[in-house]
Amino acid sequence: MSTITAALGTDRARRRRAALTALLAAAVAGCVPFYFAPFQVFQLTMVLLYAVALAGLNLLVGFGGQISLGHGAFFAAGAYAAAVMLDRYDTGHLATLPVAAAGCFLLGLAFGVPALRLRGLYLALVTLAFAVFLPPLLKRLEPVTGGAMGLTVDKLQPPAWSGLAEDQWTYFVVLGVTATALLLARNLLRSRVGRALRALRDNESAAEVMGVRLSLHKTLAFAWSAMFAGVAGCLYTWVIGFVSPDSFSSVLSITLLAGLVIGGLASLYGPLLGAAFVMYVPSVSQDLSEAAPGVVFGLLIIAVMFVAPTGLAGLPGRVLGAVASRLPRTTAAPATAAPDRTPEAGPAPSTPSTPADPAVADTEPVGAPPRTERE
Amino acid sequence: MNHMRKTTALRAAAAVTAALLTATACNSRRGQDTQDTAAGGACKGQQTTGITDRTIKLGGIYPLSGPASAYGTISKGVAAYFKYVNDNGGMDGRKVQFIVRDDGYQPPKAVEEARRLVEQDKVFAVFQTLGTPSTAAVWDYLNKQKVPQPFVATGASVWGTDTKHPWTTGWQPNYVAEARVYAKYLKDAKPKARVAVLYQNDDFGKDLLGGFEKAVAGSGVKVVAEQSYEVTDPSVSAQMASLARSKADVLLDVTTPKFGSQALAADARNTGWNPLHIVNNVASSAAVLKPVGFKNVQGVVSATYFKDPADPQWANDPEMKAYMNTMHKYAPDTDPANQFNAYGWAVASSLHKALDAMKCPTREGLRDAVRNLKDVKVGLLLPGVTLSTGPGDAFPIETMQLMRFKGERWQLFGKPVDTRKEFGPLTK
Amino acid sequence: MSAVTDLLQQAVEGLGSGAVYASLALALVLIHRFTGIINFAQGELAMLSTYVAWQLMASGMPFWLALPVTLAVSFAGGMLVERIVIRPVRGAPELTVVIVTVGLFIFVNALAGLIWSFTVKDFPQPFPDGGLDLAGVRVDWSTLGILGVVAVVMGLLYLLFQHTSAGLVMRAVACNPASARLSGIRVGRVLMLGWALAATVGALSGVLVAPVLFLEPNMMGGVLIYAFAAATLGGFDSPVGAVVGGLFVGVAETLTGAYVHVVGEDLKVGVPFVIILAVLLVRPQGLFGRAAVERV
Repeated sequence: MSTITAALGTDRARRRRAALTALLAAAVAGCVPFYFAPFQVFQLTMVLLYAVALAGLNLLVGFGGQISLGHGAFFAAGAYAAAVMLDRYDTGHLATLPVAAAGCFLLGLAFGVPALRLRGLYLALVTLAFAVFLPPLLKRLEPVTGGAMGLTVDKLQPPAWSGLAEDQWTYFVVLGVTATALLLARNLLRSRVGRALRALRDNESAAEVMGVRLSLHKTLAFAWSAMFAGVAGCLYTWVIGFVSPDSFSSVLSITLLAGLVIGGLASLYGPLLGAAFVMYVPSVSQDLSEAAPGVVFGLLIIAVMFVAPTGLAGLPGRVLGAVASRLPRTTAAPATAAPDRTPEAGPAPSTPSTPADPAVADTEPVGAPPRTERE
Repeated sequence: MNHMRKTTALRAAAAVTAALLTATACNSRRGQDTQDTAAGGACKGQQTTGITDRTIKLGGIYPLSGPASAYGTISKGVAAYFKYVNDNGGMDGRKVQFIVRDDGYQPPKAVEEARRLVEQDKVFAVFQTLGTPSTAAVWDYLNKQKVPQPFVATGASVWGTDTKHPWTTGWQPNYVAEARVYAKYLKDAKPKARVAVLYQNDDFGKDLLGGFEKAVAGSGVKVVAEQSYEVTDPSVSAQMASLARSKADVLLDVTTPKFGSQALAADARNTGWNPLHIVNNVASSAAVLKPVGFKNVQGVVSATYFKDPADPQWANDPEMKAYMNTMHKYAPDTDPANQFNAYGWAVASSLHKALDAMKCPTREGLRDAVRNLKDVKVGLLLPGVTLSTGPGDAFPIETMQLMRFKGERWQLFGKPVDTRKEFGPLTK
Repeated sequence: MSAVTDLLQQAVEGLGSGAVYASLALALVLIHRFTGIINFAQGELAMLSTYVAWQLMASGMPFWLALPVTLAVSFAGGMLVERIVIRPVRGAPELTVVIVTVGLFIFVNALAGLIWSFTVKDFPQPFPDGGLDLAGVRVDWSTLGILGVVAVVMGLLYLLFQHTSAGLVMRAVACNPASARLSGIRVGRVLMLGWALAATVGALSGVLVAPVLFLEPNMMGGVLIYAFAAATLGGFDSPVGAVVGGLFVGVAETLTGAYVHVVGEDLKVGVPFVIILAVLLVRPQGLFGRAAVERV
């Protein structure tokens, strides 16, 4: 009996702590645009919108175990959907969001069907090839997309009653959409869909035997994931006010995947951390070496992967785990409990393993390309 | 339990209060949006951000990383010029501070960097942005902020034909003007020419091809085949084979450096098809022709407007000497023979002339000066090529001269072609 | 010239491009066989090796001496890359390793630009100028030369994979490093050898294609996607497949670009996309790959 009350107590405390964290985060997020310079607010806005795209990619890669190197294409589709609506039909910004979301959901659904037959590496290559193909296609559809010159559209404007500057208003709108999107992603993962996805990722055959409808859930995962990328693209058009085919090269797709892996797969905070990396590290690289920012950026990617092979989100868990394993048993308990707080955090933080441990490669299902010769 | 709830509630309240306190107390970092303005006289009320009697702050956005990094070296030519000027007393007594930022040729990055330059570094003007996508991504913002964006490093004609962005101007001959030069040459020299066109599938290729087709319309010169390529393509050999099928007698080669080399080499390899090869200015540097082998590019025609540092005929030109010396001094790792460095020098010295011509040392002063240049001579521009703008003419350079490759260097021929005189002003 | 000769001429151009794709695809297949990953930096490493060859020749070394030196340097360089860059993340999720190769891609590309600038470099053609004239269809010696070298490398790799114990060992390592280690295989050495060999084949590819594509830091960037298509088409495990796949992709995209006007030159990059998709839907293991047998 006493153990049950204790468990309830810790559960309640945990929930309260979560609420407190959320409250604090909201307070900080609300304060930010009044504190930082407009261009810094703009940078944060970009971080938030990239986080939406990464959260979508996380559904697919982190929880679904499928690799996409073509999410830049869905991002572009969302951005162009918004830009074309604003440019040709003058619909107003808010109307573009559901259209971009629904359009990319359907596009993702269409992609999800062939993706059923493809695994890991191969799906990655197909999606990469699609990402490479998209810019020339956008150029070809000149009457609609404005061709190589792209489209310049109106940015989001603050309404007079708000009394806010353009960057502040944009920030709050994007913050609202991002918060909604991240909550949606969280709830998706807690629903049947999420459980099915994780079961599929961890052991496809076992999940199927247990009655998980494999094809349906995999296709849906692709569709949801594409929808998030499309929403991020739509926000991009609101913030930047300009789309062109060369803005969405295959580099964007590769950057998104890199950002996600760096941030941490199958983690709720990973997308935010990854987005921050993608946004800020190129500038930092430039401050370090004006002659060749790429040299520094490339090295930083490698360095982060060395230090945190499971991504930045898993880093505290790894550090705590490493500390715990060196401390006496009693102090180790709270440290190992920490990662349990977020059950979605998956295998990444809860298995604090050293990179040199070869066995992890086999137990780790995330992102492993198909072993074609398992005989 | 109750006790615990109380502490948590207390803690939450404390945290919220703290957050609110910081929220109200933190307006300081946001910076003042108000601009510095001139105090009195005719310039009263105009913006003086980034300029004092002793200094002037300029910021440029170039692709120092990513697929277009080949153009990043322009910033080195610009920086070298400003250092040279600073060594010689500055611009009208003002030392130039030049900040270079990298956008990796990505429009969202260009927006970020432009905002940083304007809001954090408080530059006087954004000089320059490079490439059509990046420039198009930031020009709305800069015009709204009333920050000059003079002499952008792209030749799209839209910078001159547009009327909604008075703070933005081009510099180099726009691609349509260049196309007109070739059109005029063909109409005079080969009035019945059948032309095959290889072009890059972006604003640069499309603008030049479109301008050419318009300029030869109604004449005997006909475009009989066109093939495009993407910058991401590995090679243009397949396109060249397709064009060879047309048996055209002129090849208009609208490519960027690497693809220019490939096209010239493919043309040389194909002994069954020997068209007159016209290579556009971007790919006309000796650095592009040399890897192909000079013996393979004899008789190739192009047009230019500034002095090629790889061309020995300018070796004793005083401005070229200053350029070479400064590059050796301040950018010893950079190849001064690279035409993009010379481009940077030429455009920076053009800006110098515009700054000298300002009536007021203000952003408005620069905006007006850039749009009111009268036959301004610039050292590294070809003789006969000058900067001219005015009401209804926002294209600083519209004159180019034809040249033909002979031996180991380009030889200029004919008179400089003023496309504005020949074809009339360019409109949308 | 008749329409047939035209068609053949285009096909020959396609073979020329295909040979370029095949040469890099061989390196991709090699590294995948040894380590089980796809290496995004393979093309950039090849480009870096080509610069080494260029630097050697610029300092006066003749081509036929510079080539073996470059190959040796690349072999050592490949081992070094495995040791310094890849070994620290061994055992991490494979996606982590793939992202490390993305980082390596960005690093090497920028490094080459920093050292040698982005100006196109003059690279000597090892094969004679001119070519054969077969009934009006011109075949350059350089195309034949690249095809020949690619065929030889393919043959050597085939022998290595099928007829040496190294082939068996590397397959064991790529499939299951832990079990391989338990059965006494020195996994570290095998992986190092994989990177070294792939870098050497890549270097050969770079030196061969540099006279055609012209040497600058982005030389191999555009080739990579086509090489991926070639390797996928052929099956990621088969050197013969990589070459057949490369030639097929080259010819298919050239003919599509030239003759299918709806597609045109601008959309021909869609050809590898369609090929990859079609092949994988019909035959996921590729034309020459072995069917995957899943252990449940």
